[in-house]
Amino acid sequence: MSDLRRFAVFGGVYNNFLSLEATLRDARALGCEAIFCLGDMGGFGPQPDRVFPLLRDVSDLFVMQGNYDHSIGNRLEDCACGYTDPRDNYYAQISYDYTLANTADAHKDWLRDLPTEFRHTWAGQRVLMAHGSPRQVNEFLWESMCPDAFLEHLLKSYEADVLFVTHTGIPWKRELEGGRQVINVGAIGRPANNGRTSVDYALVEVDAEGVRVDFREVAYDHEALAVVMREEGLPEPFVETILTGWWTTCLEVMPARERAAGVY
Amino acid sequence: MIDVNLAIDRPPEGPAPLLELRHLDTLWLQVTGTLCNLACRHCFISCGPKNESHPFMALEEVQRAVESAAAMGVKEFYFTGGEPFMHPQIREMIALTLEHGPLSVLTNGVLIDEELASWLAGVFETSRYNFDVRVSLDGTTPEENDAIRGRHTFEKILGGAERLHEAGLNPVFTVTTCHAELAESAGRQRFFDLLAERGITRPRLKFLAPFKIGREERRGGAYEEFERLREGMLDEEARASLQCSSCRMVTAKGVYPCPILIEEEGARMGDTLEDAMGPIKLDHPACYTCFVEGVTCRT
Ligand code: SF4
Ligand code: SF4
Repeated sequence: MSDLRRFAVFGGVYNNFLSLEATLRDARALGCEAIFCLGDMGGFGPQPDRVFPLLRDVSDLFVMQGNYDHSIGNRLEDCACGYTDPRDNYYAQISYDYTLANTADAHKDWLRDLPTEFRHTWAGQRVLMAHGSPRQVNEFLWESMCPDAFLEHLLKSYEADVLFVTHTGIPWKRELEGGRQVINVGAIGRPANNGRTSVDYALVEVDAEGVRVDFREVAYDHEALAVVMREEGLPEPFVETILTGWWTTCLEVMPARERAAGVY
Repeated sequence: MIDVNLAIDRPPEGPAPLLELRHLDTLWLQVTGTLCNLACRHCFISCGPKNESHPFMALEEVQRAVESAAAMGVKEFYFTGGEPFMHPQIREMIALTLEHGPLSVLTNGVLIDEELASWLAGVFETSRYNFDVRVSLDGTTPEENDAIRGRHTFEKILGGAERLHEAGLNPVFTVTTCHAELAESAGRQRFFDLLAERGITRPRLKFLAPFKIGREERRGGAYEEFERLREGMLDEEARASLQCSSCRMVTAKGVYPCPILIEEEGARMGDTLEDAMGPIKLDHPACYTCFVEGVTCRT
């Protein structure tokens, strides 16, 4: 593991088996020697069980547990997102109930037992991967809400030089002093509220200089996904997001800055 | 058989819990002290035009606190009062704070004219970190709101919010659930409907339980003897969910654990932020509301 030269990091699959397939294909075609998934397999998209054959028992893939996986794995009642907006709550619950009902027991058990962080050292840099933040699985690290000093604090207290997270669904990265950095890899399950239908993951190169991170944009057959979503009776606003690249729900938790970039 | 606990109204036994500060995530600044252009009937710190018990903070005091907090790795800042827009240097304060992290300003909205709204929207568009304005509104009709916030305030508040919205800022509306039915989901929906009618198409709302202290004690009644926290009532999760495990409040008169207790005897922790990093004692009845209602003042 410590001699990896190139690897991929992604999160937020949200049942999107087509974007997952496309992401894995892209990363492998680029010669990634390992692929790290930072969690949240379910929610939002159609036919939850279709992602597991792509994720389980695959030798180049390392998967961790997100908050959604924890809830599904432990058969909890909701995703614990804690919205107060009735509309967000309504849709979040539909999506959760659908995922819970359509995930096979064996996959639930697998989700329940996943690890919750990864640590490695590459090029002398201590790399930490977590779902939300290293201190709390469901903490949102949004770009506009993370002061440099706060990120420095996280890196220092969790003894890392490079931190990868997901959970918010919108990718960003910040370089700090001394080559330290924080990367939110966004999500591959739905577009990043930017009007594009593609999804993003992080492509990482390791050389003598350190760990270099770039985002890769992946197009996939989003129209085919929309067809399956409609067949499954999933809410039309979810389909709209897949077809337009704009978020229609779960907006309450998004900071005003990130939200203003979208249309809703 | 139904268990009737006859002891419920007796004060609970045992010492009040101590709560450690995990990390200073949130710094509150009481920039205009207890001075406010309104005198709402539910104000838990009895703010008003004549309450000078906490005066305005000086610009240098704000700067010092913001810089100390940034050195500790703070995550976000909040300005409150009183009414922050009464401060003659509020714009300098906003600008300097946003250099260090995201900021929310809590206002009653009454002083937001077009010029101020457009300045605030400009700050929102250009600052490095997120900038939010939070406007308090306590009902979906003038009757509901004005009974609490004062005559004619309903239209003034909505006017300020509409100007913000027209300028390009999407304020967060804070509703204190003094009218119990507003806390229910039908009550919440009424706010969404009202704001939609006013052209605020992506409404953001936050509901807060009232604290039975300050002026609210006279309006809604005081805490009962049994409403106290005791060691043993709080597990690890409950401790972490109390906002004071990650916040402090700076005022012109020193540092307090949270925005709620600044007028409470014994709550003052020290002169500077550095003096206020120790644990606090949750011996105030307002702490009971935080625990029971899961209150956090954060957006
Ligand atoms: S509740 Fe807010 S607006 Fe009303 S008096 Fe208190 S500080 Fe002023
Ligand atoms: S009133 Fe609430 S926030 Fe303040 S010290 Fe008590 S529990 Fe903490």
